[in-house]
Amino acid sequence: MSGELDFEGPASYVGRSVSRPNARRLAEGRGQYVDDIVLPRMLHVAFVRSPHAHARILSIDTSRAERMPGVRRVATGADIARICKPYVGVLTHLAGMRSPPQHPLALEVARWQGEPVVAVAAESRAEAEDACEAVEIAWQELPAALDAERALEPGATVIHAEFGDNLCFRRVVDTGGVDEAFAGAAAVVEDTLSFGRHTGVTLEPRSMLADYNAAEESLTAYHSGQSPHMMQAILASRLGLDEHRVRIVCRDVGGSFGIKIHIYGDEMAACALSIMLRRPVKFVADRHESFLSDIHARDHRVRARLAADREGNVLALEIDDLTGVGPYSMYPRSSAVECNQVLGLTGGPYRHKRYRATGTVVFQNKNPMSQYRAVGHPIATAVAEHMIDRAARALALDPADMRRRNLIPDDAYPCQSPSGMRFEQLSHHACLEKLVALMDYPRLRAGQAALRAQGVHRGIGLASFIEVTNPSPMFYGVGGARIAAQDGCTMRLDASGAIIAATGVTEQGQGTETMIAQIAATVLGVQMSCVKVLTGDTDKVPYGGGTWASRAAGIGGEAVLQAGLALKKNILEVGARILKTDAGSLDIADGRVVKRGTSEGLSLTELARIVYYRGNELPADFQPELVVTRHYRVKDYPFVFTNGAQGCLAEIDPETGFVRVLKMWCVDDCGRVINPKLVEEQIRGGIVQGLGGALTEHCRYDERGQLLNCTMADYLVPMAGEMPDIEVAHIQTPTRTSLLGAKGAGEAGTGGAPGALMNAVNDALAAFGARVTSQPITPDVVLAALGKI
Amino acid sequence: MNDAQEALDIELEVNGEHVRRRVEARRSLADFLRQDLGLTGTHLGCEHGACGACTVRVDGAIARSCLMLAVQADGARIETIEGLSDAGAIAELQNAFVLANALQCGYCTPGMLIAAQALLEADPQPSRDRIREFLAGNYCRCTGYQSIVDAVASVAAHRAARGPR
Repeated sequence: MSGELDFEGPASYVGRSVSRPNARRLAEGRGQYVDDIVLPRMLHVAFVRSPHAHARILSIDTSRAERMPGVRRVATGADIARICKPYVGVLTHLAGMRSPPQHPLALEVARWQGEPVVAVAAESRAEAEDACEAVEIAWQELPAALDAERALEPGATVIHAEFGDNLCFRRVVDTGGVDEAFAGAAAVVEDTLSFGRHTGVTLEPRSMLADYNAAEESLTAYHSGQSPHMMQAILASRLGLDEHRVRIVCRDVGGSFGIKIHIYGDEMAACALSIMLRRPVKFVADRHESFLSDIHARDHRVRARLAADREGNVLALEIDDLTGVGPYSMYPRSSAVECNQVLGLTGGPYRHKRYRATGTVVFQNKNPMSQYRAVGHPIATAVAEHMIDRAARALALDPADMRRRNLIPDDAYPCQSPSGMRFEQLSHHACLEKLVALMDYPRLRAGQAALRAQGVHRGIGLASFIEVTNPSPMFYGVGGARIAAQDGCTMRLDASGAIIAATGVTEQGQGTETMIAQIAATVLGVQMSCVKVLTGDTDKVPYGGGTWASRAAGIGGEAVLQAGLALKKNILEVGARILKTDAGSLDIADGRVVKRGTSEGLSLTELARIVYYRGNELPADFQPELVVTRHYRVKDYPFVFTNGAQGCLAEIDPETGFVRVLKMWCVDDCGRVINPKLVEEQIRGGIVQGLGGALTEHCRYDERGQLLNCTMADYLVPMAGEMPDIEVAHIQTPTRTSLLGAKGAGEAGTGGAPGALMNAVNDALAAFGARVTSQPITPDVVLAALGKI
Repeated sequence: MNDAQEALDIELEVNGEHVRRRVEARRSLADFLRQDLGLTGTHLGCEHGACGACTVRVDGAIARSCLMLAVQADGARIETIEGLSDAGAIAELQNAFVLANALQCGYCTPGMLIAAQALLEADPQPSRDRIREFLAGNYCRCTGYQSIVDAVASVAAHRAARGPR
């Protein structure tokens, strides 16, 4: 702890569950989402999308559409390609990865059902949609490559002829000694697990309002997103504009979860149309096109083997992950990061030394797959935790004891996983022990046995997990993507005495602005109500990465802390001149510059008045600086890992196959907790999102590559009535990579829940000698496991 | 022009104000509120009647404004989040939502609050299970719902402790 910082004291906002100042605006319906913004001469764009999974465009006739009421422009892929350069979703540090150039709208061939093909700009969205129906496209349907398992088989339809096959990326991790470890093992368990496609379903659909000003050659894009500077760099480079003349504004964002961090052809086309038509163009996806074009997530088949000795010590783990990512790797973050994460993270909580993992990423004619909340973590955790439970059962060990035996000891850090992940300081055992106490695990076990005698089938599942947070440049920057890992904060003391903090990290409701204000108020010794936070505008905030990989608190928060310290130093320099003392004898407390240990001094308001209006009262050789900027990046580690443990109590109905989650518990260690309530709510919301993907959410395709469920009536997101209460507790191991000590918490819930749930279901099914190995765990999956269908 | 694009005159009361407009027959009540009246607190999440983000009150009963045509609201009394907020009609629930952090991105929140108000009118002391069941028609993708249940339950408990007004 720095002498300047007191997070434990009564004046600290850090560590307190203060309410979010920006929540009231949203609770009154006074938010401003992109679709709420109306500009003069604004047009609306709608898209004709491919009805086929794979088809050649023989001809496009737009003549009838162009004559429809209100229509101002009908643009084909070729028209848009004249304005917007293609993009390639490849990261150079993922060796051998490949993906072809992608255009906003399909040119000769459409490669998934839902790919945008023709854009219609009209006076209203309704008129644009009317005209879409009048666009006539002659299609030649082509054979589609849909099944990832068969994508690399000889004779498979090759989606991009220039590549010769459908391979996007392959990676192998091998510590050596795996075969020897398996040969000498007392217990070997193996399974093939599958994880279906699901998607983010942000309640506010993807939205882009592009406003090109031809006189300035400038573009202002109001975007529902989470990485404004990334968007600025991409729009400028693809549209041929000066980067500093592209402004991205992200006001309120109605959920993002990673969905809105990618580049989509329809959004790029809206920007291109704004340039072509020299007026504002708005695109807001409807729910149908959200399902067809928002990135999908997961879609993995993992073969896993685990070897253990007689006492239950894990000797080796082997996985083979196959994932289908659609016809293109998403730009600019790629679609191989999820598989790469699965390889890096699987088994990461445990102390075995032998590990072999193969990851294969293939193209297919389905909607592109890419990063969604907790990228790779749900797969990695579910696979490892399933195998740990399988081994425990084979050796007649309790699952909690199996974990106690194998989790990396809390005093063994720093250390490195067999896949090369570097851990600074984790707390698996502390989290597990707190979890079993919170669950009252022995009593749950006793209750489970008693209920089973009454024909009630409950299962208890545990999952220990790690989470990638606070990423360094090793995540994207090193691979050539223009995505900042550093972040900044510009902080100023205004003439009124208020503190204004502008940050490069963004708010989507998780509480970023609140967390920033808590840190700023604490460091500066002012009331939180005196702090105003600015986010989401590339013209107004320092260059930063935005919000992804659970980086806002850990990286954005540290930049705020450093800016606060620098501004405080400058303020005290001014105070010293006014109070005719040395700065070292001064401090700021409750908004006043005071002599330490006394209340003697002056308010920040008075100090600011002197600086801004009555500078003549200051020494002539002294220039106050009440605006500072500080930046921060993670330097010591590629990522700063967090860890935790989740527990699940679920009940299955062996007659109907229905699974009911009765209760979830989570103990999470995200380092220093800035706002316990906000962390808990991130965990809860994340757990429910994880449970959704593990229980009900599924993008179901037919054999021709048609997505069968494109409404919220038949794609099932969790509802209030079927979700449990979730108990959350904290362990705090502050990271030493920053003064603040905070790590991320946004993805821990989603990362751990599917594994805990599957273990609970299988714990219940064990009484029947059955187990499930695929998600979502729908009733038919359970009934099939029970041999009933 | 087809029948759906035909324009009709409607008169209705929105948030206590008399409103007269000419609207296309096909215009949904949600689009009418948002685009014609600028009441953007009513949100569109699915346009399918599933998610509840567009919930408003029509003659005192909650309704999905995406499933109703503006012309069907001719002569009706409509209340949206803006009117209910300004009138203080849901102030207790709003305070409880802020305190419990029962909203994150805020997109579902207007609909959720209006549904919660209807629940408490019908059932002033609902159990947690009843709250969860009633709000099952309003999707929230951020919170996981528990804090919403906490907020609604806290208002019910506070009202019970305070007694009838």
